[in-house]
Amino acid sequence: MVRQRETVSAGRSRLVEGVRAYGLIVAMWLRSTMAYRASFVMTAAGNFLVTGFDFVAIMLMFGHVDALGGFTLPEVALLYGTSATAFGLCDLVLGSMDRLGRRVRDGTLDTLLVRPVPVLAQVAADRFALRRVGRITQGLLVLGYALGTLDIAWTPLKVVMLPLMVLSGAAIFGAVFVVGAAFQFYAQDASEVQNAFTYGGTTLLQYPPSVFATDLVRGVTFVVPLAFVSWLPALYVLGRDYPVGLPGWVAFLPPVVAAGCWVLAGLAWRAGLRAYRSTGS
Amino acid sequence: MDDRDFIELDGVEKVFDVRRRTGFLRRERREVRAVDGISFRVPRGEMVGYIGPNGAGKSTTIKMLTGILTPSGGRLRVAGIDPAKERTKLAHRIGVVFGQRTTLWWDLPLRDSYRLMHRMYRIPDSRYRENLDRCVELLDLGALLEVPVRQLSLGQRMRGDIAAALLHDPEVLYLDEPTIGLDVTSKAKVRGFLRDLNAERSTTVLLTTHDLTDIEQLCERVMVIDHGRLVYDGAPAGLHEVGGSERMLVVDLERELPPIELGPESPARVVKVEGPRQWLAFPAAASAAPLVARIAEGYPLVDLSVREPDIESVIAKMYVSGSAL
Repeated sequence: MVRQRETVSAGRSRLVEGVRAYGLIVAMWLRSTMAYRASFVMTAAGNFLVTGFDFVAIMLMFGHVDALGGFTLPEVALLYGTSATAFGLCDLVLGSMDRLGRRVRDGTLDTLLVRPVPVLAQVAADRFALRRVGRITQGLLVLGYALGTLDIAWTPLKVVMLPLMVLSGAAIFGAVFVVGAAFQFYAQDASEVQNAFTYGGTTLLQYPPSVFATDLVRGVTFVVPLAFVSWLPALYVLGRDYPVGLPGWVAFLPPVVAAGCWVLAGLAWRAGLRAYRSTGS
Repeated sequence: MDDRDFIELDGVEKVFDVRRRTGFLRRERREVRAVDGISFRVPRGEMVGYIGPNGAGKSTTIKMLTGILTPSGGRLRVAGIDPAKERTKLAHRIGVVFGQRTTLWWDLPLRDSYRLMHRMYRIPDSRYRENLDRCVELLDLGALLEVPVRQLSLGQRMRGDIAAALLHDPEVLYLDEPTIGLDVTSKAKVRGFLRDLNAERSTTVLLTTHDLTDIEQLCERVMVIDHGRLVYDGAPAGLHEVGGSERMLVVDLERELPPIELGPESPARVVKVEGPRQWLAFPAAASAAPLVARIAEGYPLVDLSVREPDIESVIAKMYVSGSAL
């Protein structure tokens, strides 16, 4: 009983330590970036433009069809905006985790392992880049357009749902990032595999589900919980029917799914780190 | 924990499973014993050299001592802590300098990297200021604190890295190739600093190096590792005996003569003749006096000198024979 309480408090203090260390390292990266102010401004602008082209591509498609899988442009914008914002948040916070593979290869991971703070926090903060706010801003703009154009019958639940889906979405993406990073302890060139799940994942989410085959939809919903990021909650906000006859409350599952994903991600990370420490490079 | 057993290794092993692609799908699994049953004790305050050829298991040992790698077998303790189990707890008590991997922040002034250490290790303000001032003075960093690390020379950066590893008052300092690539002046500075650190603070120092001058000038004890096994543990001078090394007696005779003949029972043999000068090799452990007497008896001796073997060739010999202990 006492032991259990100790473990719990130790776990909490590790979390606090981790977040604190993350903040310290992020501050260092921000100062590093500010050593090259002009370069920062240019890359931030570039980032914003490049992600903006994604949306332009969807607009162009609507120039030829009236609706995409039965969705109008503002409805697609809602999907795109929430998903892009969630992904942008996650990308800002954990975006450089795929560098872990390089650190494993060149041995610089060892310098992180001899410090008194959790390795996950150090890896997450590695090469923190503020320019990634570009993606979030773009997501928020699209979201703003969607909310301004759509005629939604707002209820208090729907109002709560909006930030909830963005934050849970970011957390789910984050868990996938961590699992992908943990995988790099095993496979040396897993960066690409990870991108198939994350960047590839967002592209899938930015289109309405019925564009894709039902099997794929089912697979994505159940296998990759990324679906919870955007469409089920979005369908709820829009007041539309769910695909494959899912019950109404599934729209409220995202926080639960996010928590579950993080438990799995934490286990994967621990297993990966243990494997690294027993095999080395 | 006894101060005499500050670092303790008992039959420590590290076995890697190496998988290699041998065909399109076929993979070969091979067991590599990087560290194959090493035992030693290092008392608090000792400065020990840990040397061996590349791939001998030096880095693997250091990685196990710092908690980066988990041993496959044996028992290992540093300051009474099991590094593999309590890596972050141990981190507060050890300092690590990886010669070829800087922990300093490339684009930021040196001082910023120290500030991060200050907060990451939660070093009390007064301790931090005191330690920083001391390192700055002894490592000559005063003019460099506000310079971005990328503008520092290799020697300056190494000094900066050593300071960064010492701000939290570690009880033991691991140095992996601390003088690699440094010029003579920088090497001297680093060595002088380590000597002072060890003398004044009785910080335990374990250093790996390829530069045997480091060992000769700094360490009273040296451990040699080869193929994952400890092949020597003792004073640097003792390496000569174990390595079966030879001293060289150089004699100048009055005139050019055939190689000196000393009879079959003599331990010396002529290895080189150049005009009136001859070189005779004899075991390092044997005395030169009777040899000199014998030569003076039968040959017109003008001058002589004895050359000590350099530690490098001794170790090279040891690696070749692969047998010592």
